[in-house]
Amino acid sequence: MPRKTAGKSLTRKARTGSDQLQWMYTQMVRIREFEEAVKRTFIEHPGVIRGHSHLGDGAEASIVGALSTRHDADIVMPSYRCHGYPVVLGTPLRKIMAEVFGRRDGLCHGFGGSMHLSDPSRYFPGTSGIIGQAIAHATGAALTAQVKNSGQIVYCFFGDGASKQGAFFESLNMAAVWKLPIVYVLENNQYQAYTHFSLEDANAVAGDPLSKKADAFSIPGVTVDGTDPVAVQKVVAKAADRARAGKGPSLVETKFYRLSAHGNVITVPPLSTQFPDHEAVAVYGNRKEFEHWKAKDPVKRFRARLLKNRALTEPSAKRIEAAARAEVEDAVQFALASPLPAPEEALQYVYA
Amino acid sequence: MAREMMYADAIATAIIEEMQRDPNVIFYGQNMAMTERDPMLKKFGKQRVRIAPISETAEIGIGVGAAMTGLRPIVELWMSEFMLVAFDQVINEAPRLRYMSGGQVSVPLVLKAGYGFCAGWAGQHSNCVYHTMMGIPGLKVVVPSTPADAKGLMAAAIRDNNPVVYLHSYMLTLDKGEVPDGEYVVPLGVADIKRAGTDVTIVAVGWMVKKAMAAADRLAAEGINAEVVDPRTLAPLDVPTIVDSVKKTGRVVLVDQAPRHSSAAAVIAGEIAEHAADLRTLRLVTALDAPNPYSEPLENYVVPNEDKIVDAVKSVMAHEAVAA
Ligand SMILES: Cc1ncc(C[n+]2csc(CCOP(=O)(O)OP(=O)(O)O)c2C)c(N)n1
Ligand SMILES: [Mg+2]
Repeated sequence: MPRKTAGKSLTRKARTGSDQLQWMYTQMVRIREFEEAVKRTFIEHPGVIRGHSHLGDGAEASIVGALSTRHDADIVMPSYRCHGYPVVLGTPLRKIMAEVFGRRDGLCHGFGGSMHLSDPSRYFPGTSGIIGQAIAHATGAALTAQVKNSGQIVYCFFGDGASKQGAFFESLNMAAVWKLPIVYVLENNQYQAYTHFSLEDANAVAGDPLSKKADAFSIPGVTVDGTDPVAVQKVVAKAADRARAGKGPSLVETKFYRLSAHGNVITVPPLSTQFPDHEAVAVYGNRKEFEHWKAKDPVKRFRARLLKNRALTEPSAKRIEAAARAEVEDAVQFALASPLPAPEEALQYVYA
Repeated sequence: MAREMMYADAIATAIIEEMQRDPNVIFYGQNMAMTERDPMLKKFGKQRVRIAPISETAEIGIGVGAAMTGLRPIVELWMSEFMLVAFDQVINEAPRLRYMSGGQVSVPLVLKAGYGFCAGWAGQHSNCVYHTMMGIPGLKVVVPSTPADAKGLMAAAIRDNNPVVYLHSYMLTLDKGEVPDGEYVVPLGVADIKRAGTDVTIVAVGWMVKKAMAAADRLAAEGINAEVVDPRTLAPLDVPTIVDSVKKTGRVVLVDQAPRHSSAAAVIAGEIAEHAADLRTLRLVTALDAPNPYSEPLENYVVPNEDKIVDAVKSVMAHEAVAA
């Protein structure tokens, strides 16, 4: 048996000072290592990951900064690009990886895969692969919190692309009218699959930030540097406070850059598939843009900053990184060793 | 003249040829025509070829409105399930407007989407949603199974004055076949006998035609001579061709990638039951009653395959055929 994962101690949230900064860095590194391992699997173990997988590299500061403001029972509803959130919530990486590999020991026993992780025991009810629709689900979770007076709030994450769906506009309007306890985090990673957001967003076309959409619902809308977890934390904390105080929803646009391609190449089996070049390069021939944002890699930048501020020492940074690598490698080995589900199991879970 | 072409290229060829023929045809959707280098954009310009945001309700609804007022839009939806976001437009707007206007307006609209990508895309990206659409008067539904049909049916769909849901199988995307050059139109509502036979009729839809053809080859080696009928369009449905085949063979197996009660097969079985009264025996081979699972053994279990078709044919062969 592989070693026990260090998930628990790594994910415990420290609330103050350099402890918290180290916690943030640790989570960001864990997400990055996990995503790198998924990407490598397409090369090292072709065929093990089926369908379409989507990575959160580049989103680490946005995810971790936002979730650093979370209280223990608050609900988290991400989009289909969902690996990073359960990593932070403390779901064992073994179970996440096993799900991505379609194994029986996966979070969803191999029924959901990369796009449909779900860990309700950790306040992560699930995701939708149909863009924008989960914004309504998250709003429904906030309704539950309000009706049951549970004190919980909801963190709803979705992409720039999703903010063009009817479900976005309809949900935010209702959440504002009903003063639901929810924070909408619009993750502007600048691409909707292969489309740059400037080609499809009315605010962007007019030179405005996407958070301007909040004006349509008369709720607070803020845009923040999504490559800086501390900046994200600050803005989201305010939105979370507002939600907790019963004042209703806010919209936070975290602006960052997806560092990998949208997903692995779409093809028909048995042809195998890997991650292609980022769309900036592959579609738009704009290597400069890609390099510009790569230089702003949130994980590397945060590391340098913590070292400079002496919130972290080089040896402790290395320890964090080595531990994350070991934890992820353990998850990969566990997932590879886990059995595939038996065919007849397919008819389970259709009805409650 | 004909040339070998991939299924996906055959569809694209039809769109290009029809856009050249008729300046009212426009083409838009998500994640297309992103740069000036895009070949469709270069050919037809940015008035007629456009990129759309993720807004299916508006994408399809705008197509309906444009069609009512003189254009012939083709909306690229990518995966058929994304249409469900805008099901009002597909089911309750596009096909009803002509009727409610007493025949004054028409909605010449093509909704192009891939369906049934059984390649590990899990519960929301691989299913078949044509059953609900084929029962909507005013709406046509096309499911091509070969590159040639893909071209000819797309041309017919674009020329048709009704809303047409054009569903191409993702699983057939890279398949190659002979495709006629130049103008080639396959009329909507005409089934095709993909393989002639005498012992048993196999009616199959889309990707399942390929599976049925492979099963028929295997059965032929065992002395069973199967006829494979491809409806090609589910609405209008060519009941006479299907019924004639069943009358000839007396046995029928219907193969459909959708779950049993949301399959086209179940509807076709009803037509056969009424019109081929001397039918001896009928079997459905459909997906099991579950959404598409992610993991490979689960998905293979749920979706119909060659073995299941062969087994079903053998089971109907156990019955005496009708004396002609
Ligand atoms: C309703 C719907 N339309 C289209 C798609 C295809 N699709 C999958 S991911 C994606 C892009 C989503 O972009 P964004 O919301 O910015 O999220 P990101 O991928 O950048 O995290 C699209 C268009 C879909 N899944 N659902
Ligand atoms: Mg995006």
